[in-house]
Amino acid sequence: MISISQQTWLQPWIKLARGERPSEQLRALAKTLLVPLAGIAAFLLLWAVAAGQINTSLGAFPGPLDVWQQGGALLEEHAAERREEEAFYERQRERNAQRQAVDPSYQPRIFPYTGSATFIDQILTSLMTVTAGFVLASLLAIPLGILIGLSHTLYRAFNPVIQLLKPVSPLAWLPLVTMVVSAVYVSQDPLVPKSFITSMVTVMLCCLWPTVINTAVGVAGVDNDLNNVSRVLRLGWLTHVRTIVLPSAMPMMFAGLRTSLGIAWMVLIAAEMLAQSPGLGKFVWDQFQNGSSDSLSRIMVAVITIGAIGFLLDRLMLAVQSLVSWDKSADLR
Amino acid sequence: MSNYLDISKISIDFPTPEGPFRALDELSLRIKKGEFVSLIGHSGCGKSTVLNILAGLLQATEGGVALDGKEVNEPGPDRAVVFQNHSLLPWLTAFENVQLAVRQVFRDSMSKAEMRDWIQQNLKLVHMEHAMHKRPDELSGGMKQRVGIARALAMRPKVLLMDEPFGALDALTRAHMQDSLMEIQRDLNNTVVMITHDVDEAVLLSDRIVMMTNGPAATIGEVLNIDLPRPRNRVTLAENSDYNHFRQQVLSFLYEKQRKVVEIPREPAVDEDEAAPARGKVAGLVDRLGRRA
Repeated sequence: MISISQQTWLQPWIKLARGERPSEQLRALAKTLLVPLAGIAAFLLLWAVAAGQINTSLGAFPGPLDVWQQGGALLEEHAAERREEEAFYERQRERNAQRQAVDPSYQPRIFPYTGSATFIDQILTSLMTVTAGFVLASLLAIPLGILIGLSHTLYRAFNPVIQLLKPVSPLAWLPLVTMVVSAVYVSQDPLVPKSFITSMVTVMLCCLWPTVINTAVGVAGVDNDLNNVSRVLRLGWLTHVRTIVLPSAMPMMFAGLRTSLGIAWMVLIAAEMLAQSPGLGKFVWDQFQNGSSDSLSRIMVAVITIGAIGFLLDRLMLAVQSLVSWDKSADLR
Repeated sequence: MSNYLDISKISIDFPTPEGPFRALDELSLRIKKGEFVSLIGHSGCGKSTVLNILAGLLQATEGGVALDGKEVNEPGPDRAVVFQNHSLLPWLTAFENVQLAVRQVFRDSMSKAEMRDWIQQNLKLVHMEHAMHKRPDELSGGMKQRVGIARALAMRPKVLLMDEPFGALDALTRAHMQDSLMEIQRDLNNTVVMITHDVDEAVLLSDRIVMMTNGPAATIGEVLNIDLPRPRNRVTLAENSDYNHFRQQVLSFLYEKQRKVVEIPREPAVDEDEAAPARGKVAGLVDRLGRRA
């Protein structure tokens, strides 16, 4: 999805391998690799020094090394949990096979494993929730943005509401969403847990707006001459939107989508924390409540993971944009 | 067919905060089928407004336009427009840009294969068959304008409207394009209304030159019949006394009779509260109002 030639940091390596002016490539390497690495090193040093100075009721604030160790421990716990799960199912299978051998009419039953969710499980839950919320928000926001971008009147009508709802914190929405979901989403055998719906809807409500606004501005900014071309050709509404409006608005739309995804990720962690719904937010909250000597380190692992995933999500959007964008020469960053 | 395109007493008012502004006042003109008419005048005199009314992009406040016996109320492909800045869709190739127009106009009357041939034929006419599958950003200014002309011609319009089609090109490319246009005109004999501010271009290409007075309330000042024999050659014409006489007459109209009094340009008031989406819509109007300064 991301072509090799686009990765600027790879270029000097490639050229160096080809033997193109080595001294220049080394200088480029220093610029693209050494400087960022130096930045990271300085940050780690600062963190380590500062961490030693801060004493909490749970011991000293974790330094980089503690966090690294806890990261490994969390991975190990996940692996252990998976082994446990596998063993649990294996035992059931054996038992069922034995009983069937004695009594062929016996209907085997498999009980689901109910172990605790590990760090990795929580990450996956969070990723699923954020994807669902973001996709739902985009499905609403893009058509809405196109509509209000095309019509001056609709824009005037929607603008105050959008401006009013845009700055609302997810924490304010959450109680309302929880109550509404509890009242509306009633099912004996729910497809997805209630907590998932609550988090998803909260995420959606908060991350709609940048996409709506950016799409609307992008759509309204279509070159007037292109609109005239469309009028002279008497393009139908759908053809007009598809061939003229959407490609024009694409860069603005993606700027909005990227902001929305960033907000979605931030909102999700807060919502999970407050609502105690599964995910990284709950992991952080559980560790905080747990209060063991490892807790702070584990929270720091979560913090770094949240940051890394946020960054990766943004890169992913960028990759999608360069995939669908007509202007391959545009400098996306 | 003495009046194929009949413009009768069109006036247009633009709303401004200080009341309506009359840009055009009772302009009448009759154009024969196959005639090449140039509109010339100082910038801001309302040439583009006339063209936009013919295209149906603007509505005359008073008066009306009839083409081939039918009134013009809205834009349509029977009045194809070649815009000054080509106005190709940047995300489509030259072929696809023409295709968009051809599909729209001939979707019921041509098969897919016929459409493809027709698109290629038009691109060939403007000598663009070698770059059919390039996108506008890979083409030079002149080439883009060629594609724009191909797109307009491919609609098989009753009238071809050209808004300073070569205004943004350098002198050599412009001369080249003018020769191309004359060649196409010899083959197709389209009815053309062209806006220009280039005296040489007007005399070289036109059967008639319509000279417009300065705004506000602009209208037709003089009409000049250019009965130079065709085909015309710019080099031999340079020493032709008739040609030079026509040039002199246009120049005298523009620089003596309608000498432009340079005023301090006044920006039209734009409501700053006007949210960004409004800007696109308003831009065209603001642009036109701005040009009258």
